[in-house]
Amino acid sequence: MKLITAVVRKEKLNDVLSALFQADIYGVTVTPVRGHGGEREPVQTYRGMTVKMELAEKVRLDIGVTEPFVEPAVEAIQRGARTGSVGDGKIFVIPVDRVIRIRTGETDAAAVTPATATPAAAATGPGPVHR
Amino acid sequence: MPPRPDPHPAGRHPAGRHPPSRHPPSLHRPGLHPPDPHPRARAGRARPLATLASAGIALSLATPAAAQTAGPQAPAAPAGDIAWMMVSTALVLVMVVGLAFFYGGLVRRKNALNTMMMSFVSLGVVGLTFAGVGYSLAFSGTSALIGDLAHAGLRGLAPGGAGGSGGLPSLLFFCFQATFAMITAALISGAVVERMRFGAYMLFIALWSVIVYAPIAKWVWGGGFLQHLGALDFAGGTVVHINAGVAAAVLALVLGRRHDYGRQAMLPHQVPMTLLGAGLLWFGWFGFNAGSALSANAISVVAFANTLLAPAATLVVWALLDLMRDGRVTAVGLATGIVVGLVAITPAAGFVSPASALAIGTVAALPSYALILWRARSGLDDALDVFAAHGIGGMSGALLTGLFASTAWGAPVNGSLAQLGVQALAVACAAGTSAVGTFAIARLVGAVTPLRADAVTEAQGLDVALHGEEAYTDGEGALLVPVSRLGPRAPAVTGPAGSEA
Repeated sequence: MKLITAVVRKEKLNDVLSALFQADIYGVTVTPVRGHGGEREPVQTYRGMTVKMELAEKVRLDIGVTEPFVEPAVEAIQRGARTGSVGDGKIFVIPVDRVIRIRTGETDAAAVTPATATPAAAATGPGPVHR
Repeated sequence: MPPRPDPHPAGRHPAGRHPPSRHPPSLHRPGLHPPDPHPRARAGRARPLATLASAGIALSLATPAAAQTAGPQAPAAPAGDIAWMMVSTALVLVMVVGLAFFYGGLVRRKNALNTMMMSFVSLGVVGLTFAGVGYSLAFSGTSALIGDLAHAGLRGLAPGGAGGSGGLPSLLFFCFQATFAMITAALISGAVVERMRFGAYMLFIALWSVIVYAPIAKWVWGGGFLQHLGALDFAGGTVVHINAGVAAAVLALVLGRRHDYGRQAMLPHQVPMTLLGAGLLWFGWFGFNAGSALSANAISVVAFANTLLAPAATLVVWALLDLMRDGRVTAVGLATGIVVGLVAITPAAGFVSPASALAIGTVAALPSYALILWRARSGLDDALDVFAAHGIGGMSGALLTGLFASTAWGAPVNGSLAQLGVQALAVACAAGTSAVGTFAIARLVGAVTPLRADAVTEAQGLDVALHGEEAYTDGEGALLVPVSRLGPRAPAVTGPAGSEA
């Protein structure tokens, strides 16, 4: 099992989500975050005050997946989030010790969504439509 | 209308206690008047002949010698009329603010400022174009098609005398009319939010207010051919709402739909703002409609009451339609219903009975509601449904005015099928002119400067990219930049590389 943490442009969130759904990955936590990558800081002016926005608003996705879904998830996030400009974000793949589904007490592979062991032919091309 | 004490017992409203007796039908027929070098009579707005006869050439402020000796000539209209018209003018100005909030709440948060600024900037841009040439083209000359430049640059407008329509000082009449031009241009913006470049929009409304708005105002109000035909438009259903609604649809088509249109749900970011805007619009509309009597008299009272009643009916019908469709009444729906009711009663405000106003408000809800449902599934990205609310609402109101007009309530003629035909002709003329003019101006502006923001700007939101501001920011991560470090030109918010905002 892996935890995939991705930081992406907030305006690309919908594209990332639909790419993930196409790859049959439905369990996602989304958090608004602020941070600094290497991008140029935009300058804003309020009357006489000029400010440089050092922290850019992004969204972070946390996705717990079984091993067969790691690559499809990473590819889906890249497909949805990429614009080619500085500031597209990062994807971290982190090992996970345990996962517990609170409702049922299921653990590990049984506790992440989807539970199926193999990804559908989702890694390439458009996958099944979001059910 | 029950007999009531005359509000001006010693004033210029001598015997009558009833609108028709004060305003004999013949007075309302512009066609029966000889051509007037400075047409004063909007349809249904005529004042007693005595007032018109006493109207001298207003003393111009530009005559210093006279001004030093005598000061401006005293206004011919009674103080009550002047006071009400100044208040009405300010109320119509508030409508532009209300519109900014109405539209601003309906867009996504990343475009909130841009959307509101599209309304606000009209106060400046159209204020200047209307003072420059728009007013003169709409309200001078003897032509039935277009005015001349006699009043260009406010030439000849005076604070006293009775040079304006309805015996008002021409300077005050100009101010009142200018606010109408401002709100009309601002209305269009709702169709093109979240994607039109701000500079292109400013250029568009500057040209549009002169090339499209001024001629149509001339035809209906300034002694033009639609007025001579007897088309009824009390406060601007044709000139303002049909005109703006059609222009909005055409401009949205020329511009193309937003990238996310039909792909993502684009939800209103701040519905309470929209409700506030609808309330401010209703508040200001009392000046728009009751002020269009150009006087504080019985007709303005009729218009005032109808402005209260028609939207009330539309609001209830809209709520019922919401209930039937979904089982729930929506806030955005109520706000929209208020606007549609206000639009529909605008051409009829001083011409119909309060009972008819309720009927107009009730009936007008249906076509606009249906069109809004259809539009959302269509390819027409009229983002905030300007055509459904103002175009269709205005057409409903204009046509229903032809049926419900009543001489007992201030109209120059009673409603009839013949009048319905005249109304339909006026609707067709205004809609056709607006469509053709808007298309041509949009193409012209598009040839000079791009109409649309680029895809990166549209995705990031127009506030940060075009204005360098955000509607909602807590300032975390914002560092003060010393002026010396900015150099001759501050770094662009969005470079060609499209760096993150």
